[in-house]
Amino acid sequence: MESLIMILVGILASVGTYLILSRNIIRVILGTAIYSHAVHLLILTMGGLKKGDVPILSQSEGPFTDALPQALILTAIVISFATTALLLVLAYRTYKTNGSDDFHELREMPDE
Amino acid sequence: MKINDVILRTVVKGVIFIILTLGVYLFFSGHNAPGGGFIGGLVLGSAIVLLYITYDLETVHKKMPFDFKKVAALGVLLATGTAVGSILFDAPFLSQTDGYFNIPILGEKHLTTVTIFEAGVALTVIGTLVTIILSIGEDE
Amino acid sequence: MTIDFAIILIPFIMAALILLFNKQLRKKYLGWIVLIIPVSLFLILTTYIPRIANGETYTHTYEWIPAFNLNFTTYIDGLSLILSLLITGVGSLVILYSIFYLSMKESLHHFYCYLLLFMGAMLGVVFSDNLMVLYAFWELTSVSSFLLIAFWHHRKASRAGARKSMTITVSGGVSMLTGFLMLYVMSGTFSIREIIANVEKISEHSLFIPALILILLGAFTKSAQFPFHIWLPDAMEAPTPVSAYLHSATMVKAGIYLVARFTPVFGGEMVWFWTVTGVGLITLFWGSFNAVRQTDLKAILAFSTVSQLGLIMSLLGLGSVAVHLGYSADTVIYTQATFAALFHLINHSTFKGALFMMVGIVDHEIGTRDIRRLGGLMSIMPFTFTIAVIGSFSMAGLPPFNGFLSKEMFFAATVKILQLDVFSIESTGILIPLIAWVASILTFVYCIIIVNRTFLGKIKPDIQEKNPHEAPLGMLISPFILITLVIAIFFFPNLLGEYILKPAMASVYPTFPSAAEMTPHISAWHGFNIELLMTIGVIVLGIVLYRLLKYWKKIYRIFPQNWTLNAIYERVITTSENVSESITNRYMNGKLTHYFIYIYISFVVIVAGTFVALDAFSWNPRLDAPVETYELLLVFIMIFTAIGLVFAKSRITSVLLNGVLGYSVAFFFVIFRAPDLALTQLVVESVTTALFLICFKHLGALKPEPSSKRVKVSNGVISILVGATVTLIGLAVVNYEKFETISTYFENSYELAGGKNIVNTILGDFRAFDTMLEVVVLFIAGLGVYTLINLKAAKKEGADIENK
Repeated sequence: MESLIMILVGILASVGTYLILSRNIIRVILGTAIYSHAVHLLILTMGGLKKGDVPILSQSEGPFTDALPQALILTAIVISFATTALLLVLAYRTYKTNGSDDFHELREMPDE
Repeated sequence: MKINDVILRTVVKGVIFIILTLGVYLFFSGHNAPGGGFIGGLVLGSAIVLLYITYDLETVHKKMPFDFKKVAALGVLLATGTAVGSILFDAPFLSQTDGYFNIPILGEKHLTTVTIFEAGVALTVIGTLVTIILSIGEDE
Repeated sequence: MTIDFAIILIPFIMAALILLFNKQLRKKYLGWIVLIIPVSLFLILTTYIPRIANGETYTHTYEWIPAFNLNFTTYIDGLSLILSLLITGVGSLVILYSIFYLSMKESLHHFYCYLLLFMGAMLGVVFSDNLMVLYAFWELTSVSSFLLIAFWHHRKASRAGARKSMTITVSGGVSMLTGFLMLYVMSGTFSIREIIANVEKISEHSLFIPALILILLGAFTKSAQFPFHIWLPDAMEAPTPVSAYLHSATMVKAGIYLVARFTPVFGGEMVWFWTVTGVGLITLFWGSFNAVRQTDLKAILAFSTVSQLGLIMSLLGLGSVAVHLGYSADTVIYTQATFAALFHLINHSTFKGALFMMVGIVDHEIGTRDIRRLGGLMSIMPFTFTIAVIGSFSMAGLPPFNGFLSKEMFFAATVKILQLDVFSIESTGILIPLIAWVASILTFVYCIIIVNRTFLGKIKPDIQEKNPHEAPLGMLISPFILITLVIAIFFFPNLLGEYILKPAMASVYPTFPSAAEMTPHISAWHGFNIELLMTIGVIVLGIVLYRLLKYWKKIYRIFPQNWTLNAIYERVITTSENVSESITNRYMNGKLTHYFIYIYISFVVIVAGTFVALDAFSWNPRLDAPVETYELLLVFIMIFTAIGLVFAKSRITSVLLNGVLGYSVAFFFVIFRAPDLALTQLVVESVTTALFLICFKHLGALKPEPSSKRVKVSNGVISILVGATVTLIGLAVVNYEKFETISTYFENSYELAGGKNIVNTILGDFRAFDTMLEVVVLFIAGLGVYTLINLKAAKKEGADIENK
């Protein structure tokens, strides 16, 4: 299972990279969103999969799955939401100001 | 964002309380069961956003006259406040403490300062979430 | 909170208060309120004088980051007391002066805020015992000096001067930091006192001399020593009170302080002796030589400050011989150079402060500082004239002013050093008194220039028309206090020697048993000795040279214009700017995609390269959990969705596909026993999708990529390489068995944190610091969104506000 997930993570990372390398702002933001999915799965898998029960003491006697990656991911999910929001707004602000969402076209525009 | 949709409104009227209750439940159950500040905050925040989507801004704002930026700021203040607060009790930065208290009617209850910290987290999440969605939605 | 911390902190607190209550405070009273701070600090510090004079020192430690040996230790001894008295004393006078000097139209709150910032930083420099804390305060003085020089930032020259001083002093500061770190490597402590106590253990270390040179670089840049002095004349663009305070009385003395402080550490080295003395003497000569040809009164004073700082520096160099020789009855005599240095340090602050204020008055009342346009002001401004005469004569070394005493001691020290036969003084040593003497003659010449060209002769007609008059009383108080001191010190020098200088000598020579022995009795008259003859020579030759000025002034034109230090500095700066710009432009072409490609290629090369080079591939599939059919199905759904995203034509499709990915991840969280994550992921994914959809209202449609096939293929190759590398890392890390897992610790969450949900206790308790900062980040992101949306592009103002 772990190896399979790692391959999935690799594929997600490839797709994310390809999207980030495109010229369109929306694709780039989607790329970062996919990156966060990939990274969450990567971190979770590092702690080992299905090695124990839900990490809640009252639910079982253990062994529990590794709780630390879960805590890290929980933080990461919320942060990635905030950054995605910021990027989106940045994108649409750029689009409104410059009338373009193509990075190469934006390059040609004079600095303000 | 004025949508006049009777079905949506009726559904939301019923659902919103379920969501809000779920949010509050998730928030409080966090210490011993799945849930906590983030999840609770997110659920409550999305419930509020749902309200804003269903009804127009003014109506909701009349019922809930909060500036959600300030809600988020209050949350940050609470979270950092409990952190700094522990210094005042001569404990290291961010120490949390807990204890059992006998409260009339409710009986013996487990209270912790983590709840205040978590409340800060939840308020920040609610405030930020609603601020982001409202800012984008309001902008024309 | 002890009083020493309070002394450092109060100026900072006041600076913050000024900005906070700027609206409430009336501008008229601002200066007076600020004045309370330095005056009361000065009074508090004077209470230390008798106790310090008894040989006591005060240390207080506040543990800041004990793990890194970083403690905020204050240390008050004789040396730091001198400087702190100057900082607060001159500070009070300067603030009093600037109340009358600055017009109400200026942004006074900024001015006083910066000034207090500087005061606090400077007090921090002299009171810190910890090298790192000292360094932090040291750079803060550079920053506040930068802000003050650029106070009239609408003027190009101000900005240029501020930038120059910042560049030079901060680069010196960085080299000093390196020196401090070397000291730490050698001695294992950041405490100056501990380093001094263990100096024998480190003096043989191979880093000792490099540390010495680097620390001296810091001191020389700050104290405007040749060839770094070029920032000081340009810093004269600052308002005159600032020049009087920072650039003659206090900040430029920080380098002197540092050299005096480190004399017990490095003083025994020959490099130290020759560098400090040599650079000091060259600066002394070069400063006075250049001062003579200036036509701007402030520029004359700037170069004269450079020259006087050189004088003090060279005295400290001469005094370090005593450290080399060690204590004996014969060597005490060489400590007198240091005594003279500290004495002149105080004297210089008094007469130079008065002179700067005098120039400020002239500038304020007449409207020009150009000596070619001035003249004959004696009859109009008799008080100002008095200040100028006393200040200049003291600077020139004439009795009955304090400059005479210290200058005599300076001559004596330069002559006395010739008797030594260490450091190969016998061959080149004669240059020391010679340069000192020549420079003093030039000093005398420019002192006459200041007085004669400004106050004697005829009033120029264009100035006469303006109906000039004497300065208001308020502006005269401060310089008058200073010149009173100039005279008082001449008549009662031993009071100063006994109470202020004696304890300072003990700090510079901690190995010498008796400070009283090193404190000579200062007297104005000690017979017809060589020093007095030198002074008489200075006066005679000085008058002659002044009379013949127009004949020998030609020598200034010998130097080619484009080889002055300033021109070299400009060339270095412009060249390095051009070179770095051309290098940067070569790869920073403004295309985001290209930047990403750099990152990805380095990532793949470094990470995958390391894997190949170290043969680090490892894969333990035997420990893998079994795969269920529904999990396999979920994996395939995700793979197809991801690939579909690459080819998606419309933005709605893309976002929905992304949503599918997110929900699938949530399913995985459920399967992998992470209920908290699954819940969070579900909510966040819904909200994110909604966010995308709302934003699309404002965004353009998704166009097909206009890139060529070749670009697409190369992007594809890079993506596959990145993905492969990530998989490689993942496979190597998962099931890694070399280390114990730390997660069992958190399973005690109920005992340690009183919660049964381990994930939640990690967030709220074990690693609450992460959560706290995350909340802050979240808030900042929210504010960022809000601001970006509500930001209305500021109306473009007139681009040219130059020299308005």
